[in-house]
Amino acid sequence: MPFVTPKSQQRAYDVIVVGSGAGGGQTAYTLCMDGAKVLMLEAGRRYTPETETAMFQTPDMAPLGDVGTPQKPFGFYDATVDGGWQVPGEPYVRATEEYGGRFEWWRARMLGGRTNHWGRISLRNGPYDFKPRSRDGLGFDWPIGYEDLAPYYDKVELLVGVYGSNEGLENTPNSSPGCLLPPPAPLVSDYLVKQRAGRLGIPVIPGHRAVLTRAQDHEGAPARLHRGNARAQKILAESMRGRAPCLWATPCGRGCSIRANYQSTTVHLPPALATGKLDITTGAMVYEVTLGRDGRANGVSFVDKTTGTHEHATARVVVLAASACESVRILLNSRSAQFPDGLANSSGKLGRYLMDTVGSSVSGQVPLLESLPPLNEDGADGDALYVPWWLYRKQRAGKLPFARGYHIEFGGGRRMPGFGTLAGLEWLTGGSYGVKFKEDARRYYGSFVGFDGRGEMIPNENSYCEIDPGVKDRWGIPVLRFHWKWSEHETRQAAHMQRTFGDIIEAMGGRANPAVETDGAKAIAPGGSIIHEVGGAIMGADPGTSVTNRWQQTWDVKNLFLTDGAPFASNADKNPTLTIMALAWRAADHILERMRRQEL
Amino acid sequence: MVDRRTTIKWVVTVGAAWPLLGPRIAAGGPVEAWQGSSAGEGYGTDPNLLKVYKPGDVWPLTLTAAQRRLAGILSDLIIPADEHSPAASAVGVVDFIDEWVSAPYPRCQRARPIVRGGFEWLDAESRRRFGQGFAAAPTAGQSAICDDICDASRATAERHEAARFFAVYRDLTAGGFYTTPAGRNDLAYIGNVPLARFDGPPRELLERLKLI
Repeated sequence: MPFVTPKSQQRAYDVIVVGSGAGGGQTAYTLCMDGAKVLMLEAGRRYTPETETAMFQTPDMAPLGDVGTPQKPFGFYDATVDGGWQVPGEPYVRATEEYGGRFEWWRARMLGGRTNHWGRISLRNGPYDFKPRSRDGLGFDWPIGYEDLAPYYDKVELLVGVYGSNEGLENTPNSSPGCLLPPPAPLVSDYLVKQRAGRLGIPVIPGHRAVLTRAQDHEGAPARLHRGNARAQKILAESMRGRAPCLWATPCGRGCSIRANYQSTTVHLPPALATGKLDITTGAMVYEVTLGRDGRANGVSFVDKTTGTHEHATARVVVLAASACESVRILLNSRSAQFPDGLANSSGKLGRYLMDTVGSSVSGQVPLLESLPPLNEDGADGDALYVPWWLYRKQRAGKLPFARGYHIEFGGGRRMPGFGTLAGLEWLTGGSYGVKFKEDARRYYGSFVGFDGRGEMIPNENSYCEIDPGVKDRWGIPVLRFHWKWSEHETRQAAHMQRTFGDIIEAMGGRANPAVETDGAKAIAPGGSIIHEVGGAIMGADPGTSVTNRWQQTWDVKNLFLTDGAPFASNADKNPTLTIMALAWRAADHILERMRRQEL
Repeated sequence: MVDRRTTIKWVVTVGAAWPLLGPRIAAGGPVEAWQGSSAGEGYGTDPNLLKVYKPGDVWPLTLTAAQRRLAGILSDLIIPADEHSPAASAVGVVDFIDEWVSAPYPRCQRARPIVRGGFEWLDAESRRRFGQGFAAAPTAGQSAICDDICDASRATAERHEAARFFAVYRDLTAGGFYTTPAGRNDLAYIGNVPLARFDGPPRELLERLKLI
């Protein structure tokens, strides 16, 4: 019985994994495929994409035309349930409400976490991204290099299915042969961006997203991923056969009932459950890692949300993958005489160096794209192409006023009309109404292109979380208080994004609206709002200045690991999910090896 | 993806104007604040996504019969029937707007007084100019009033509020109309169907646009 209640849990497991998203899903998958007995604890409810996903529903079938509300922030049909910027009964605190000091914390209380709705953008960190301090003296180096993670990037891409291409560009690594699926066909607006940005010297190449543009190689890939493990190969082959390739319709953010994109619930958990080694308890709100007399973790305490009772589960190894800030919260709340400031916090660095991604956007209207003939432009749901950071040389030469790079995601096309698709057209129509408005709507529909910058934030001393001394959640668990501050490296980068996007729109013959914002402090999206928050338990080579070692094992408690974004020592412009999974696979391999040697 | 992009755009647009909120407990989010409402309101955080909803299913509609009549006339002035598609009111836009202004969410609650106040202004303006309420006024008179407020950048100072209302109302009408099958059809949106393969735009089109 893979889904178990606190009462039907076994007495002891090899490993407890807290969280079921990208980090928890990958950790459990790797451990179970190699025979470890795993208990996964998820704070949200069980969630089944195959039967719950709104695939072809149209906005007119939803309340308010599917528009976002505080209860469903990314739209009614977004996959996220019981989650958002606010979770009822689970508050958090901000040290300030000032713009620039705000931190927004997205949570998804559901099986699979935020992997159910994420953008599926799957970029590898490059060699520079692991040694930023060595290159420019800022932030921290990781205790590992690209070469340590490259084999795991290959594995994750093969397992989850990622489309893309190998372009051999600087700090934008190629995948090993056979790892990537072919990229999807671009849209008209993509061709236009590629042509006009190209004239400005900005490279436009195929994006990388976790979407199956064709069926997976269910014969070759399992053997490559699980050499010498016939049972794992068989289970994975079956799971891969159960995933259909993309049907070129419906937004990925709704989730995918045919399992054509990656979500933990359709890719990691089914094969892990098929091993018979994985038990999952949902509605389990973990609040503490408990210590034995030997100074090792012996399990976790959690609230069973269905009954409100406090429960305890035991295991040889505890892995936290509850999302960077939630894992930090659990450790900070695990206080004891031995660890009065929180477990694994002898360095005092727990909660420090929170990072998000620098985000800034500009949208423009392009006459060349007006009144195009009817075209189905649903495609792979965007990001057929993207722009990797391209100004490394200029930055090295000291010719840019910020130290790190950004990539550009962009999109246009004749997509499914939503509530706001034809709103706010007055700047183009002069306020038309009547038959003229309908003509204008036909003319302008599909002629907009939006650009989103996604840039690297350098960790700083002013961006961190701690336990609020007063506020508790509905179960009495102390909550986090967030502090946030951008440096000029981030705000100047945001201003650079704005100018670049304005230049590209102009090169396309279009006009930006609203106008480009050159004040970076205004142009930058609030901390946390890109939902790439990482750090808080950074890895390092020195126990005095980091929380975990190169294996994401805490320095203080040897059978305690973190496999979400918390151990990130930097946050490259590349979206973090693929790196979280590669790191989780590597950490899980290490746990297996140490358990085999009876060291854990 | 599109939702996410829209959300982030909203952040950039309105972010700098956010008021400093009183309570320290984080009560907002990049979409908008959600304060002062009980947990039982709205469709909740875990609604059934597979059910087909109609306005009035989740929260009661609140416009009066007279307001709905005016709403229909104004929606049809904005989106009348033509050879491509029916008028807005014929595809349920009045119900959609009634659902919107009756909803418990902050964004909708902000729109409610704007819409109701706008209706009152239209009636008062029509009485002043034509001696009868907006709904009863001749079509030419209704259009004359709309001409004065359809473009906020050209509206006189005393009509500024009315122009703001008209912009909100046009967006609501367009939002309600273009999310229906008739609206999608009018725009020649032909997606949302499963395809065995996706080849992108035809080569002739790319050549015509000089993109290849």
